[in-house]
Amino acid sequence: MQIARVVGTVVATQKHGAFEGAKLLLVQPLTLEGQPRGTALLAVDSLGAGVHEKVLIVMEGRAAGEALGRKGAPVDAAIIGIIDSVDVQE
Amino acid sequence: MQLARVIGDIVASHKDENLSSLKLLVLQPLAADGSDTGRTLVAVDAIGAGVGETVFFVRGKEASFPFFPTEVPTDAGVVGIVDHWDLG
Repeated sequence: MQIARVVGTVVATQKHGAFEGAKLLLVQPLTLEGQPRGTALLAVDSLGAGVHEKVLIVMEGRAAGEALGRKGAPVDAAIIGIIDSVDVQE
Repeated sequence: MQLARVIGDIVASHKDENLSSLKLLVLQPLAADGSDTGRTLVAVDAIGAGVGETVFFVRGKEASFPFFPTEVPTDAGVVGIVDHWDLG
């Protein structure tokens, strides 16, 4: 899993049926210091995360499908937690 | 599977219901010589590991197998605490 920040929302009218009703967010992975790392990506959200929130994302197909509650959905990333705090001790 | 050091943990009170009561650890992967290598990541804890310990973790869907039949939505999981390792 990776720490990321929600940076936007995505609207797509024409999409695979498995995405019906699913919320798509644009998320930017972060380093532990909170700096952007790598390319922003699309993740499905079933928790109700909002823009600017720090979240936990899975980047693996089956786990993402489970988070969405739809096995076999053509997804590869999902928001699975909204982060309250990150405590790094080293 | 890969070696890592547990360097922190994460609190997320609003998370997927199949993750509730699971501990989320921040891992720094380690090279064979014990030095840091690669990106830090977050993993679920399947064995009771804590900050400061050296562990090994698995990537992919297999990370959810310790919690079967609960379908935990994770892509990484700590599955062992390393006592020591030796290079031949």
